[in-house]
Amino acid sequence: MKKVLMGNHAISIGATLSRVQVIAAYPITPQTQVVEKLSEIVANGELDAEFIKVESEHSAMAASIGAAAAGARAFTATSAQGLLLMHEVLHWASRARLPIVMANINRALAPGWTIWTDQNDSLSQRDTGWIQLYASDNQEVLDSLIIAYKVAEQLSLPVMVILDAFVLSHTYEPVEVPEQSEVDKFLPPFNPEWKLDVNNPHAFGGLTAPNIYMEFQYNHHNAMLKAKELINKEGEAFGKIFGRTYGNIDKYKTDDADYILLTSGTLARTSNIVVDSYREKGIKLGNLRVRTFRPFPTEEIYDALKKAKKVFVVDRNLSYGHSGIFFEETKASLYNSDLDIPIFGFVTGLGGRDVTPELITEIVEHGIKSEKPENDVIWMGVQK
Amino acid sequence: MSEKKRRLKLSIPEQEVMRPGNLACQGCGASLAMRYALKALGNNVILDLPACCWSVIDGPFPYSSVGVPLLHMAFETAASTASGIRAALKVLGKEDTKVVAWAGDGGTFDIGFQALSGAAERNEDIIYVCYDNEAYMNTGIQRSAATPYGAWTTTTPVKHFKKLPKKNIVEILAAHRIPYIANLNVAYPEDFIKKFQKAMSIKGMKFLHIFSPCPPGWKMKPDDTIKVARLAVQTRTFPLYEVEDGLKYTLNVKVNKPKPVIEYLRLQGRFKHLTEEQVSTIQKNVDEEWALLMKKIDKE
Repeated sequence: MKKVLMGNHAISIGATLSRVQVIAAYPITPQTQVVEKLSEIVANGELDAEFIKVESEHSAMAASIGAAAAGARAFTATSAQGLLLMHEVLHWASRARLPIVMANINRALAPGWTIWTDQNDSLSQRDTGWIQLYASDNQEVLDSLIIAYKVAEQLSLPVMVILDAFVLSHTYEPVEVPEQSEVDKFLPPFNPEWKLDVNNPHAFGGLTAPNIYMEFQYNHHNAMLKAKELINKEGEAFGKIFGRTYGNIDKYKTDDADYILLTSGTLARTSNIVVDSYREKGIKLGNLRVRTFRPFPTEEIYDALKKAKKVFVVDRNLSYGHSGIFFEETKASLYNSDLDIPIFGFVTGLGGRDVTPELITEIVEHGIKSEKPENDVIWMGVQK
Repeated sequence: MSEKKRRLKLSIPEQEVMRPGNLACQGCGASLAMRYALKALGNNVILDLPACCWSVIDGPFPYSSVGVPLLHMAFETAASTASGIRAALKVLGKEDTKVVAWAGDGGTFDIGFQALSGAAERNEDIIYVCYDNEAYMNTGIQRSAATPYGAWTTTTPVKHFKKLPKKNIVEILAAHRIPYIANLNVAYPEDFIKKFQKAMSIKGMKFLHIFSPCPPGWKMKPDDTIKVARLAVQTRTFPLYEVEDGLKYTLNVKVNKPKPVIEYLRLQGRFKHLTEEQVSTIQKNVDEEWALLMKKIDKE
């Protein structure tokens, strides 16, 4: 059924269709409608779930860990400061190998107080061992939640589904809402091999000496590497049922492109418009949207970029004193390959500053004109 | 009637859920506490354990000494994790399984306090246990909000021993009006087990506060654990009472002829620097607190 949904409600409906069993959440702008809608859905008896209205995001994640460890499908949603407060237990969730799924709405960090979008909140969680998927429209938000559980539960890894504050969270778009029966065929009930079970008592997460600790990390890393394959596989399987296919990357006219924009989130959609306008002028521009940030799809990015002359990475985030983070990751992952093309790193749109087609055009113009990037950070749309 | 069957009524259950062997120090009160608790709780229980001495006591991976499922968790999450386990069991139709958060005083009085208050306000159907050894013992005896006035710790050295009173955790929980709160003591196993059994029969949030001596941290002989724990009650330092619905106070062990508090203090090296005057201050505080408590005790 087609509905017109705000991103936040696409999350709530995606979680409902995934038949989540325990929801633990704390309100934060711009995530609030996610929890409001879910409260309503649970209260109406449309979803057989327990909703714990915890007193902080730290407790939201801790309760999710408890729930998942006891064998329930757990869900939470947060944003910005809330995600940062969770940081300690994000590590715990992934190291405990619990397939929790969380929606994070990319909101810039304070101070100064802001509620508008950028990606520094989720990218600061890069090394927490979570799979990170960046969505670019509300349909993808809903679909990604369902796929996230399918991937998470096979690998025993948690997944963060990430979307831009307001640009998606509060924007209404037409969304095809899948039938529950179809979702049930795609996503079986959660039935973990290991859980807190009184008939088979074990201790989880106990004292781990140097003789064994590293093996857990080795397994965790390998599961993350496996996720690259599985995200594509399940994204295709999803497509066969629902007609919408997802993968680690999303290529827009990159195959024959001389110049490729590398983007994520909603910036990708603005960039596609710019690609079309260049194509009309006969300039071969393409856009490579990176959907999976962790695990980082190095091989697929290499394949997508290998015929290009230049790459323009557009980052709505910044690692202070270094560069934009997608830029840094892309550059680093290609360093040992045979690819030797200029990769430009543009930082823009921080704290929700509008990134228009005109601004992306400026980025492309700058990149085409320059032989090499003058700096690791090329600021765009900033008053210097 | 045929001949009456003579039954031996045991006040302490025979069952041993806890397995032999763990990493506790000699004379550890917390180890005894877990053994008694599991005797009462049985096998149909899930434990959630934030960072505390028991994170070590239970044993290294893949060993565990408790004999029931146990989830190790971060320091400040005992109550929130237990809430999550409780919710999962409810939705999975396993409501008969008890959920026990087992935390130390640091994880309860200090870093886990917010989550504890949150779970109490939500009246979560869990048993929250705080085994109180009055300092951060696992990290090497640093003061906590549970450290009493006068005590030496490594962060309250003798010259600057702790001059502040212990936080009254029972009163704080009582203010949340949760169904059941009790003080327990490892030297009073019958009372201890009765309180666990009572907690198991009550729906909603239960808070059990266990007095749990720590020989290395209190600088006392390991074989004095029971003696010191009993003196804590006999000197009225740690009264054994319970609070129902935040309002109904019952004294469970009467102390009509209290021993002077010095008898309790002098067995512990952590108090040995105290002057006579300081000991009188402690005696005065104990007397005042007892008087305050007696005003609340139900006289029926």
